This record gives sequence, C-alpha cells and structure tokens, in this order.
Amino acid sequence: MKRLLLILTLLASPLWAVQPDEVLDDPALEARARELSQGLRCLVCRNESIDESNASLARDLRILLRERLVAGDSDEEAVDFIVDRYGEYVLLNPQATGANWLLWGAGPLMLLLAGGLGVIYLRGRARSKTPSEAPLSAEEEARLRDILDR
Amino acid sequence: MITELGHFALVLAFGVALVQMVVPMWGAWRGRAGWMAVAEPAAAAQFILIALSFGALMWAFVTSDFSLQLVVANSHSAKPMLYKISGTWGNHEGSMLLWVLIVALFGAMAAWFGGNLPPRLRARVLSVQAAIGVAFLAFILFTSNPFLRMGTPPFDGQDLNPLLQDPGLAFHPPFLYLGYVGLSMAFSFAVAALIEGRVDAAWGRWVRPWTLAAWVFLTIGIALGSWWAYYELGWGGFWFWDPVENASFMPWLLAAALLHSAIVVEKRESLKSWTILLAILAFGFSLIGTFIVRSGLLTSVHAFANDPERGVFILAILGVFTGGALVLYSLRASALEAKGVFGLLSRETALVVNNLLLAVACFVVFVGTMWPLVAEMFLDRKLSVGPPFFNAAFTPFMVALGLILPIGSAMPWKRAKIMRALYPLRYAFLLALALGGLAFAMQTGRGLLGPVGLFLGAWLVMGTVVDVMQRLGRGPGKLRRLRRLPRADWGKATAHGGLGVTMAGIAGLMAWAVDDIRVARIGEPFDVGSYTLTLRDVSEVRGPNYLSSMAEITLAQGGAVISTLRPEKRFYPVAQMPTTEAAIDYNLARDVYVVIGDAQDGGGWAVRTYIKPMTNWIWIGCALMALGGILSLSDRRFRVAAGARKQPAGVPAE
Repeated sequence: MKRLLLILTLLASPLWAVQPDEVLDDPALEARARELSQGLRCLVCRNESIDESNASLARDLRILLRERLVAGDSDEEAVDFIVDRYGEYVLLNPQATGANWLLWGAGPLMLLLAGGLGVIYLRGRARSKTPSEAPLSAEEEARLRDILDR
Repeated sequence: MITELGHFALVLAFGVALVQMVVPMWGAWRGRAGWMAVAEPAAAAQFILIALSFGALMWAFVTSDFSLQLVVANSHSAKPMLYKISGTWGNHEGSMLLWVLIVALFGAMAAWFGGNLPPRLRARVLSVQAAIGVAFLAFILFTSNPFLRMGTPPFDGQDLNPLLQDPGLAFHPPFLYLGYVGLSMAFSFAVAALIEGRVDAAWGRWVRPWTLAAWVFLTIGIALGSWWAYYELGWGGFWFWDPVENASFMPWLLAAALLHSAIVVEKRESLKSWTILLAILAFGFSLIGTFIVRSGLLTSVHAFANDPERGVFILAILGVFTGGALVLYSLRASALEAKGVFGLLSRETALVVNNLLLAVACFVVFVGTMWPLVAEMFLDRKLSVGPPFFNAAFTPFMVALGLILPIGSAMPWKRAKIMRALYPLRYAFLLALALGGLAFAMQTGRGLLGPVGLFLGAWLVMGTVVDVMQRLGRGPGKLRRLRRLPRADWGKATAHGGLGVTMAGIAGLMAWAVDDIRVARIGEPFDVGSYTLTLRDVSEVRGPNYLSSMAEITLAQGGAVISTLRPEKRFYPVAQMPTTEAAIDYNLARDVYVVIGDAQDGGGWAVRTYIKPMTNWIWIGCALMALGGILSLSDRRFRVAAGARKQPAGVPAE
C-alpha cells in the first residue's frame, strides 16, 4: 500500500507553483521576479499566471525570467525578452498600443458618454414642471426654509 | 424505469411550457380571462414536472446507476453521498436541468404569490417566463439530454472532477443559478410591462423583491465560489478575473444597479425606461454568462462543456430574448413617461450616479472579457487580458462608488442641500481619513492600495452608522424609533456596511499579504512574519476515494503554540488527478495559510506559507450584504402591501 501511495504521489507531481529550488538568493531580485511573473501568462494553462501555475512550461518560464534578472536585465528588458520569444499573448496586462487603446479607453469613454447623457436627463428632470405642482408663494417658501433649517 | 419517467416528465414539461407561453399571452391580448387563467396551473404543472425529472436524475446519481452516460462520466460508487448528490449539477446536462428547474420555480412562485398582480400583467409575465423555459427545455432535449443510456453499462464510473468534490462548491452552482435565473423574473416583468405600455410605482414594487432575491443569491453564490477558490486551489487567491467569474460578476453588478433604480421607480416614478432597460440587460448578461461557460468560447478553469453546437443554440436563445426585448424596448420606451420631478442635487441624482458607476464598471468587465476574442477575430492579435488590466480599469469605479455612497444615501428625495448631507458625516470622514493615514504611516514603502481600502471601508461603515443615527431624529424616544425603523432601512445599512467590510478586506489582503517558500525539514522550526512554524510529520492517509499525504505543522507565536495545521496533498486515482488541501488558521485579523508540496531530493518537504491579513472580512462583508438584502426583502411593505394598488381617495383602508 505504502509503495503504491508513493508511486501515485510521484505521478501526481508537480503540483505546485514556485518551487523552493527556483527561489533566488537575493530577496530584492526574487521580489522583482515574483512581481513580474504575476503579469506573465502560463501559455498552456487557462488564465493562470506563471507565478500560480503548476505546469512545467510555467516553471521553465519562471527560471528563464530569473536568469535574465540575474544577468542584470531591467524589468522591462526581461519582459521584452520573453515577449519576443512567446508573443504578446504572454502578457496578462495588455499593452496600450494599436487598437488596444480602445480596450483601455472603453471605461473612461463610456463614463463620459453615459455621464453626459445622465446630466442631460437630470437637467431635464430638474427643469420640467408638472402642471399640478404650483410654485410656492413667498410666504410658504419662508415657512419651508424655517422648517428645514431649524 | 425511474430514468424513463424522468425523461418523459421533461418532455411533458416542454409541452406544458409551450401552452403556458402561447395561451395566456393570446388571452391577455384578446382580453379573455379564461385563457389568461391557464397560466397559473400551467406554471405549477411545469414546475412539478421538471422537479420530478430532476429528482429522477438525482436518484440515478444517488444509486450510482451506471447505465446512464451522465452518471458514468461524472460519478463513482466510492464517492461520498454529498458529492453524489451535488454531482447531479456538477456537469453540463445536469446543471442545465437545474437551470430550467429554477426558471420554472420562479414562474410557479409568481403564480402562487402573485395574486395581487393585475390579471393581464400576471398572464403576460408568466407567459414570458414560460418562453424562457421553452427555450432552455428545447436546448436540453435536443442538444444535451441528461437521460441518455449506455449500450453496455460499465462496472464503475469515471468520478467527478476532484476539485469539485468540496462542500463549498457543492452549493455554489445552485445559488449562482438562483441568482442568474431570478433575474429572468425581472426580465419577464420588464417585457410584460413593455407589451402593456405601462410602468408605475406598483410595477417598481413588484419587480424589486425578485431582483433583490436574485441579487442575494448571486452574492452568496459568488462568495461561496470565491471562498472555495481561496482554500482549495492552493495559492490563496480569491478572485482571478476568469471569464467564468466575470460571467457571474456582470449580472451581479447590473442587478445591484437595477435594485437601486427600481427604488426610484417605486418611490418617485422616475427612471422608468432606464430601469426597464437594466432589467433586460441584467438577464441578458446572465444569458451571456451561460453562453460563455457552455460554449467554451473563452476557455477557463471551470468550463466543463465545450461544444460548438450547444454554443450556437445558446447564442440563438441569447439573440432572440435579448434582441427581441431590446427591439420591443426601442418601440415602446417612449410611452413610459416619467412623473417625478427632482432637483439636480437629490437622492434621485445620487442613485443615477450609482447606476452610472455600476453599469460602466460592468461594461469595463465585459469589454475586458471579450477583448481577446475581438482582437483575435478582427485585429489578428493574439493577446491576453488578465488581472492587471481589470485591477487597474475596474477599481477606480468602485473607489468612486464607495466615496459617494454615504453622501448619496444621506440625501433626501427631490431636492437636497449638499452641506446638509455632508455636515453630519464630518466626523465619520475624518475618522476614516485618520485610519487610512495611520495605515499609511505604519506600512513602509508600499502602495496606496491598503490605506485607501481601509479608508473606504471605515468611511462606508461609519457613514452607515451616521445614516441610521440621523434617522432617529432629535429629542427623546430615540430607542423607540430605532426599534420601529423599517426593515428596509436596516437592510440598506447592513448591505452598505457589508460593502465597506468587503472593500477593506480585499484591499488589506492584496496590499499586505506575506508569503514564504522553503524546504522544511521535519522538526526544524522556521519563521514567517511573527510566527514560528514547525513541520512535525508527514503521514500517508487513505480517504474514501483518494490517497493523501498529510503533514502536521505546529503554528506558534511568541513561544506559545496557537494551533496544529494539517495541509494535505491528495491524489484521486479514478480521475488521475492531484489536488492540494491547504490548512488555514482562521482569525479576524489574518489567516495563516499553509500548503505542503513535494518531498525534496535532499530530504525535507516543500512548504509554502502565507500570512493573509483581513481575508475573512471579504466573506463577512458578502454575508452582510446578503443579510442586508434578506432584511430588505422582509420589509413590511412587501409582506403587507405587496403590489396593493392605490385605492381611489375616499375608500377606507382595510
């Protein structure tokens, strides 16, 4: 039983994201590597970053990234190195280039558009007067203010 | 035999739904009371038939009837009973059957409890609801029939995906579906009102409880799913901006907007046409969500059926219902005139801003979810849109929402004075600011995320307290007034406070989490943060349908042992799948989250430790939001005066 269990456990690995043997000795460098790998996609996984993924490709990419950082690459250079080899698909944070500005601009643009429409609607509501609502007389206004401001 | 009866009941339900779709609608058009009255018994019959059918399928799972294809593919005789039951909806066919069961349930509820609706409106609502049922029943019967038999039944099944064998996930889909499908009620009311050409305060009051119930279920369902991801997937994430998660999040955002705009319709008879549009869109997004998950168009962690034929069918349903409703809307919306007049500064305006922010936030999520597809089809660019995008593009809207919420909810209807709304909130604001500042001072060299989240959380919670205190007025008798505060007000306060708690929790977790990866040798203690962990032992354990290596790790702080954690690495032999079972020491201030990895070549085991501050606040906040919804749902006006039409003046109240 125990042996079977051991075999099965071995079959089951790797189960795990970042392995202890990948971790760099320099904590600052390692922190940068972790930060960067959270923005890189594991290409064979479904919507997982290489930092989270258990796939062996993700491990290779993590090691590659760390090699670049140890070799003295800046964050940008290291990411560009990987994008050059694996394509734009590897970036979880889409670049704001080309038509992608539509993606990034969608929220603000929509807010402007909807906000504009909203203001037009609200002004219309504030101005329109239903006939049943006669304006208050000066005396009533004064009394109302008295009540409200008390 | 039972299986065949279930299959037969499903076909019968399809027939009944067809009748319920056509006859009452025709009757409402012709003004024939008898034809309209068909709707109620038909709705009840349809529900009972589908329930029988669902029961038959569940029976097949419980008794492990391996002559059924579905049971073979998703069950195993050694599986614990809970997961045999939840296996009924842990697959594509069964989950679609659950979906129509809930559609029929809501229809039957509207028939049973809708006695005070005008008969014509009720007939139309039930007819539209039946139309949704017809579409999905056809979908099940023609493309994904759960009752197909095997030619030669095998001895045992292929087991349910082990990741799904978990109590949190056993109940996640039913709640989510109650939410998705609950929005179909709002949709049916909207379409019926458009056909009728009439939306008034009473309509707002009828629609609100359904929307509220749907929103509560969605909140619980999403929270369960996120909690499951947190403890089961083994790296302590709680939200991944996965297409499937977004599919449930978009209807949630729109339902939140809808239940706020329905208040304006109910109280002030304004925003009618926008509310109708929201109701259509909210259900439309539920359908889009179903389409995304079922078609496998955007593959993700938990899509379990990827089949183009099914995808096209659901796309057709989506097109017919959303498209049809929108065409109807464009024809009839102009007939809905607003009555209430309000100033530029008023609670109405604040609720419009709420709707604006929620709807645009939903739009951002939608664009982000669909963009990879758009880019691939039209721009020939293969790209990813992941968490960094959503965090950057979505969060500002939630920050703005949190900022204005206490101010807006302090404003009176019709016209407000900004200083009058702000003045009582001044201490809450300053206190929240101080708390955020303190957090900023105590952390060194980190981003603004944590302090801002803490500020927003405190601002929302304290703003809510101030709001309730304002309701008590001045002078004596405050306690009496507190007791007599309507439940809707308690609901509002609880839900808004809950949002604050969740926001603070998310920010705290994302900003201040600490993690540690290392090889731990048995008996050698190691430090993470202010804690000392010691791996004591790793032993082999046999579960009902899995094998496990279970570690024993003691957690100590300042020399005193706090608890013993037992993280596991499981292997499910039938499904040939490993899973991680993290061990978590829960507490309000932080979670200590431990995962055990592989045995290392040089001895020792890989151990991953996280300290995750304020994590439980996320789910406590969600629970508070759901509780707020339930409180609001139990408000007197829904129980007593639900839909009571305005009596003409002079008639005494009963």
